[in-house]
Amino acid sequence: MRLATPGRKNGWALFKGLAFASPFIIGFLVLYAWPILASGYYSLADFSLFKPPRFIGLANYQRMLGDAKFWKSLYNTLFFTCIGVPVDITLSLIGAHILNMKLRGQALWRALVYLPSIVPAVAAGFLWRWLLNSQYGFVDEIARSLHLPQPAWLADPLWGSIAVVVVLMWTVGGTMLIYHAALKDVPHELYEAAELDGASHWRRFLDITWPMVSPVTLFQIIVLMIAFLQVFTQPFVLSKDPGLATQSAVGPGDSMLSYSIYLFQNAFTFLKMGYASAMAWVLLIVTLAITLLLLWSAKKWVFYGNR
Amino acid sequence: MAIAERAVASPRAVLLKLWGYVLVIGLALVFVFPFIVMLTTAFKVSSDIFSAPPQLWPHTWTLDNFAAALTELPFWRYLGNTVLIAVLSVLGTLVASPLVAYSLAKLHWPGRNLLFITVLATMMLPPQVTLIPIYMMWNGLGATNSYIPLVVPAFLGTPFFIFLIRQFLIQVPNELIEAAKMDGGSELFIYWDIVLPIARPALVTSAVFQFVWTWTDFLNPLIYLNDDDHYTLSVGLYSFLGEHGVQWGPLMAACVLFTLPAVVIFIIGQRYFIGGVAAGALK
Repeated sequence: MRLATPGRKNGWALFKGLAFASPFIIGFLVLYAWPILASGYYSLADFSLFKPPRFIGLANYQRMLGDAKFWKSLYNTLFFTCIGVPVDITLSLIGAHILNMKLRGQALWRALVYLPSIVPAVAAGFLWRWLLNSQYGFVDEIARSLHLPQPAWLADPLWGSIAVVVVLMWTVGGTMLIYHAALKDVPHELYEAAELDGASHWRRFLDITWPMVSPVTLFQIIVLMIAFLQVFTQPFVLSKDPGLATQSAVGPGDSMLSYSIYLFQNAFTFLKMGYASAMAWVLLIVTLAITLLLLWSAKKWVFYGNR
Repeated sequence: MAIAERAVASPRAVLLKLWGYVLVIGLALVFVFPFIVMLTTAFKVSSDIFSAPPQLWPHTWTLDNFAAALTELPFWRYLGNTVLIAVLSVLGTLVASPLVAYSLAKLHWPGRNLLFITVLATMMLPPQVTLIPIYMMWNGLGATNSYIPLVVPAFLGTPFFIFLIRQFLIQVPNELIEAAKMDGGSELFIYWDIVLPIARPALVTSAVFQFVWTWTDFLNPLIYLNDDDHYTLSVGLYSFLGEHGVQWGPLMAACVLFTLPAVVIFIIGQRYFIGGVAAGALK
């Protein structure tokens, strides 16, 4: 047996730890650390695929201020997020309560609710183009039978943005299942006590369910917010114009131009990679700012029990 | 339906239960209905497809759309490409992520906590930030228009899966590992013969998620692959719309064929999916 002096033992432990972690240490350096630094530098440079970066200070950031398309893409993305996240949370809570009604076939209902989340986004985009088709689509047909308005989803600027949210809502099942699991963790005694006090269903939801699942709500709002701010594929597919090789607008009146689509266009269509990098940093800063704001607000509305 | 579990179930309880089934069936229908439209449209002749008002059920069933999808698209090549990338990515995840997770969960070394925080921080980072430098790197190495940029990252460990497997391993009692050490097992033996078998549920969860993510991924293949021979189903189907106008029948048939493998994996690995989602970590 080897003589294990403390120094040698620690050295060996360090070596083992690093050896097992080495894939990600390399991965972190190559796929995160260096790219973050490089992206920061690119954002301060005039740079395309064909010419080396040239330092231009904050010029890329200044140009954003006067770039109408930049503001349009930011507005659209905040629209998707500000409508999508609350609707997602609300629908998920409603669905989770239905799933929680102690019915038979739980596994089947959960699977069906989650099914759309595994449909490839490109296939989902095409399918919804068809469903939202104003002549042959089922969505307007159902609206007609319910005497609701039948908007021109894919032709009207306002409804174009809403169509993106509708398509994203098809994958609400993931959040629903998370809430379903959270509801099962709420102690049953709490409801029984409230029932004895004669509290209504709505009262029980407000006084018991909502505070008890609020940590889950906070986490889901953050996760969904991050995902919605990065939306790309669904509007990209919904807005593709089959007749044109190069499109002038992304959706009617650019209503589907998400931040990530505009960033992608700058990087890979216009080859303005410095400008695209600056946009990426703005996205990071916006994401961080909203996350910190939500965490700060948590003190006021998130209930952490007796911990 | 076995509603009355006890003979004395009150009428109100029975009614409530019935109401519950109405609601849950309605809920499931909202999610599944678009899916049914995709399926039935794929089997319709064009006079059925272009009927206003739309009819859900075809008057005439046909397989022509599938035949068209398979001949007008290099479908089998796209499928083969997608399978190759998905299988290699799953392999990469199964090789790399548990190694890192084991180091973070069960080995004691200075810097371990720092690395764990790093893993968590990278999960929060918008991929847009690293997108362009990583593209420039692969471009500089002459690796664009190959599968290398799509597959290599999985072999360097994916933060989400490292986290998932680490959370699983941390619940494994240390005694199991200590006992093997007492018996003189080497670290690699312990990892291979004890840790990996224990971690199986977390590994299966990671594998099914990695498969479906790679299968459905659009942005990365769109950026890195620029000729038809290399396209995955996502990119191939996307470009199909432009080249041929909108042929809804064949397009929906192609979408069905594209979605089917993901659905099969989902059905097989269903409890791992639902478990992974309910663990609160997905998305």
